[in-house]
Amino acid sequence: MAVKVKIPVPLQRLTQGKDEVEGEPGTIISLVNNLDQKYPGLGERISEGGKLRRFVNIYVNEEDVRFLKNEETPVKDGDEVSIVPAIAGGIKIAVSIQQSAFSG
Amino acid sequence: MEFTEEQLKRYSRHIILPEVGGKGQQKISNAKVLIAGAGGLGCPVGYYLAAAGVGTLALVDNDTVELSNLQRQIAHSVKTLGVNKADSAKQTFEALNPDVNVIAIKERINSKNILDLIKDYDIIVDGTDNFPSRYLINDACVMLKKPLVSGAILRFEGQVTTILPGDGPCYRCLFEEPPPAGLVPSCQEAGVLGVLPGIIGALQATEVLKLILGKGKPLKGELLIYDALGVNFRKVKIPKNDDCPICGKNPKIKELSDFPEQYCSI
Repeated sequence: MAVKVKIPVPLQRLTQGKDEVEGEPGTIISLVNNLDQKYPGLGERISEGGKLRRFVNIYVNEEDVRFLKNEETPVKDGDEVSIVPAIAGGIKIAVSIQQSAFSG
Repeated sequence: MEFTEEQLKRYSRHIILPEVGGKGQQKISNAKVLIAGAGGLGCPVGYYLAAAGVGTLALVDNDTVELSNLQRQIAHSVKTLGVNKADSAKQTFEALNPDVNVIAIKERINSKNILDLIKDYDIIVDGTDNFPSRYLINDACVMLKKPLVSGAILRFEGQVTTILPGDGPCYRCLFEEPPPAGLVPSCQEAGVLGVLPGIIGALQATEVLKLILGKGKPLKGELLIYDALGVNFRKVKIPKNDDCPICGKNPKIKELSDFPEQYCSI
């Protein structure tokens, strides 16, 4: 039994579309670093210089790690870790969709 | 105010609910709700609140209706292409329920107008599509102690929480600051499944009606996360942050200021 890690939709392209991946028990920061080895790029979206970014929250079993031991919060087998970024939807972008989007 | 025969019929399915009744329907009729954004979220929120008979509904939006909006913004139509979104939604909501006084405010929210915009309303709904507005609305609601029902959507995922200033955490307790501009170039992926804002907006409208009626448990101190692909509703706790820059013990933010425009999600 490993640690269940819930990946938010905006980061799922780094986990080959998976919404849940397995993590290694230890601390939050070791878990993030290990995930980055398996899914390159994931680590820098969540942390910088060993610190969690302030616009991404991490929860261990629904508890915000900022109010536990932050990066050093322990995670053990069977825990569920959720990564939750701030989202603001509907960001204006110039979308140019070609007919080719409909093939394949 | 007495209800007319027609109103009794219109609201009968509410009035027969013991949790609503005639008194509850009166409260709904007397309520004043401001919806920031008449887009993906603002349309369903306003639609259901207008149907419910909320007495005064203000819609704040300075954008105009475009064809690419119609995949999800259900209060607009091909007949209102090019029309201001607040005006377009006003026409739709008034057609649904002429009891409702719909006020279209054709402004973009900024640090100068936000306090004035929200001061006369009982409940504020955030359906904006950008971080600067989201933080401004939170900060202004904390300052004026206005209940705020916040919703956000991206691709296949949505978030909802209810903020009761003075009685629980605020949006900055949850996310202290927005993602910095240009840090992560993922704006290209900012599509959204058309029905998603319908689900999140309906949840927001439900929260508003519960607050008006004083019934049930508000979604405070918790963030509800909906993942359409995995069919998951999850809740995580939002602890109140004593060091919160706006609602903490020694707030650093004393007055409102505008953020730079271009923020992206991670």
